[in-house]
Amino acid sequence: MSSEASSYPKEAELELGLGLSLGGGSGSVKSKGCPWGEYDRIMTAKDFPAGFSRGANASAVGAVSGTKRAAESAASPEVGSASSSGVSQVVGWPPIRAYRMNSLVNQAKTTNAEEDKVIGGNDKNNDTLHKKVNHGKGKTDTAVKEKGHLGFVKVNMDGLPIGRKVDLNAHACYETLAQTLEEMFFRPTTTISSFGSSGEKERATQPSKLLDGSSEFVLTYEDKDGDWMLVGDVPWGMFLTTVKRLRIMRTSEANGLAPRFQERNERHKSKPI
Amino acid sequence: MNYFPEEVLEHVFDFLTSHRDRNAVSLVCKSWYMVEKFSRDSVFIGNCYAISPERLIERFPRFRSLTLKGKPHFADFNLVPNDWGGFVYPWIEAMAISGVNLEELKLKRMVVSDESLDLLSRSFVNFKSLILVSCEGFTTDGLAAIASNCRFLRELDLQENEVEDHKGQWLSCFPDSCTSLVSLNFACLKGEVNLASLERLVARCCNLKSLSLNHGVPLDALQKILVQAPQLVDLGIGSYVHDPDSETYHKLKCAIQKCTSIRSLSGFLDVAPPCLPAVYQICLNVTSLNLSYAPGIHGTELIKLIQHCRKLQRLWILDCIGDKGLGVVASTCKELQELRVFPSYVFGVGRAAVTEEGLVAISAGCPKLHSLLYFCHQMTNAALIAVAKNCPNFYRFRLCILDPTKPDPVTMEPLDEGFGAIVQSSKSLRRLSLSGLLTDRVFLYIGMYAEQLEMLSIAFAGDSDKGMLYVLNGCKKLKKLEIRDSPFGNGALLTDVGKYEAMRSLWMSSCEVTLEGCKTLAKKMPRLNVEIINEKQQLEASPPDDRQKVEKMYLYRTLVGPRRDAPDFVWTL
Repeated sequence: MSSEASSYPKEAELELGLGLSLGGGSGSVKSKGCPWGEYDRIMTAKDFPAGFSRGANASAVGAVSGTKRAAESAASPEVGSASSSGVSQVVGWPPIRAYRMNSLVNQAKTTNAEEDKVIGGNDKNNDTLHKKVNHGKGKTDTAVKEKGHLGFVKVNMDGLPIGRKVDLNAHACYETLAQTLEEMFFRPTTTISSFGSSGEKERATQPSKLLDGSSEFVLTYEDKDGDWMLVGDVPWGMFLTTVKRLRIMRTSEANGLAPRFQERNERHKSKPI
Repeated sequence: MNYFPEEVLEHVFDFLTSHRDRNAVSLVCKSWYMVEKFSRDSVFIGNCYAISPERLIERFPRFRSLTLKGKPHFADFNLVPNDWGGFVYPWIEAMAISGVNLEELKLKRMVVSDESLDLLSRSFVNFKSLILVSCEGFTTDGLAAIASNCRFLRELDLQENEVEDHKGQWLSCFPDSCTSLVSLNFACLKGEVNLASLERLVARCCNLKSLSLNHGVPLDALQKILVQAPQLVDLGIGSYVHDPDSETYHKLKCAIQKCTSIRSLSGFLDVAPPCLPAVYQICLNVTSLNLSYAPGIHGTELIKLIQHCRKLQRLWILDCIGDKGLGVVASTCKELQELRVFPSYVFGVGRAAVTEEGLVAISAGCPKLHSLLYFCHQMTNAALIAVAKNCPNFYRFRLCILDPTKPDPVTMEPLDEGFGAIVQSSKSLRRLSLSGLLTDRVFLYIGMYAEQLEMLSIAFAGDSDKGMLYVLNGCKKLKKLEIRDSPFGNGALLTDVGKYEAMRSLWMSSCEVTLEGCKTLAKKMPRLNVEIINEKQQLEASPPDDRQKVEKMYLYRTLVGPRRDAPDFVWTL
């Protein structure tokens, strides 16, 4: 665990840890030496700071950069979590036809809520973990359910006539979305060195410039009502239900919104967890 | 040989069904060429930009069946921007103008507009079969045109297409006089169909053998349909939700009992597991089962279903089956030849993952396995070596480890040896997809052993140009090579440029290839189209810096030069 995480009160560490193990994916079940394995309980609302939706991914704990940095560094010893949160950010990986990906998401809303014990599990720990995982995922499912056929939304950037599409369901928080967009629009070459072997957290975890106001661009979205809003204000799940498309806007055109970002960022950094 | 009357030659050639054989025959001598030319019935074009429709028609004036593939394979995974190309309209237009007697059209990864479908439906009186796989650009209005106008339609098969629903009752457009349907697959459509029309259609098409319904068709409609079509061989169930104690469910069970010909089962797009026992009877004879869109079937229900499928040859399943479930498959399905295990949830969290254990169990229990697509969380060299030993007959082996650079978790080594064992043991391997931590060594093995390899997919693998060179030098039959995020550069690209004319296509994205390398290649090989996809306008500066790395390059051999429908962001060098 990095020194950053250990600077928080022990209680907070535990809470973050729980969030990570439960959100870290069933991949961790198979890996040996999962550090959080003994924490067996169902997560409740009080595990999360108010206003954030439960998500499958560890970093759903907060789009707030301060908390997130700790969460990510705490994730490093855990094999499953590192690999699973890394995978979701790569364009076109895993190689599944877009049609099938979108189908999976749409079908999540009609999946039986009452699940049988999973055959693959071979110990009580595993089964409980799966129950928790699904419980945790429930909120995301609801968000998806409400949105209907959400999957890929258009992203345009000021100055570029050709837009992109990004799969919002591949993300469980603003940070990974912003990082993916930065890779798409600002960093044309994806070097393979960003993928260390599993278990090592080599992936760059710089906070996204698009979200913290330090770039000349800000990330905005058009909501159901047709209004253009700044990305990051509402909980991720709520965002999923209202977003129609994204736009990377020049800060200068964002009419004084950027300073607000800066201010918000600083405010959260000083906030105790 | 020259004294054989042409009719005899033609009759003999009728027995040659493979394209390769027919191509070979046409090279023997001029008269064979001519006979073959006019008797060629079916044409396969693996890359729609390799030739133009006009030249095709000139070469084979009497073909009746056409298969066309458009976008590169990686377009399936959103690596190719929209509007890249692959439009079918010019083909349909040219065939219509030239009076081609088109009867069958099969398209994969192409852009199909409603106008195309409309033109198709009105231009070819004998049109019988339309198969669309992974296509886009059309709506249910286009389907309505096909239904309305194709009087002798036998087959309408839609597989995994993105179709916009215009709520126009397309299915009701089949006229009452339409009784010729043999195959109808609309499982990928998102909207509703008129159930009464569907029932009537099924009732009057007594030759209907293959029917795949979408999620809009509920269980009670299914029951009525099965009563009308007990001769079905291939059934795709849409919605399978009902009260198992109801009259309807009881009627369904009776109807199913009369369907003794069903050999292929799929769908279950919505499912109430307590209703599954009604299909156990079908399972006894089923040889092909596709549950990859049925996340609602899992756990003990899934196992019970599988345990009835003793004759299974082909299984497509989600990874929620788990390693233990695969163990059940291994002990039940001794005739298994093809297995595909898809991830049930891709965003890091799954219900139950499969690992190397499941695959090893399958290989031990199912020695006839020759085709595999396996998404898993991890793989070991030991497991792959065991699989290679148990199953030496793979012709298709595609492994996808969800973390693309994950090593063997037990030894922490790359998976070179494991894949090496696979290529060495399966001498007839034609298609291979790699994943996991891989060095140049795996490519050395592939170059050395994979003599029949035709298609290779590489992602996040290799250390240097040597890797790619091993493959290009070693795999003599290579036709399609697609590479992403691997450190292969100009050295590898330019060493043997002649090779690319013997291949269908090469895709390289996020590699080390630069603009200069691509330009050099394009200059040396005029019969290749070297296309750069320039999305972010990184190459905007004029003249663009040749040392810049190219984000996406797609090159392919062609007889007709640069294509004229390329969008602005595609540069043909």
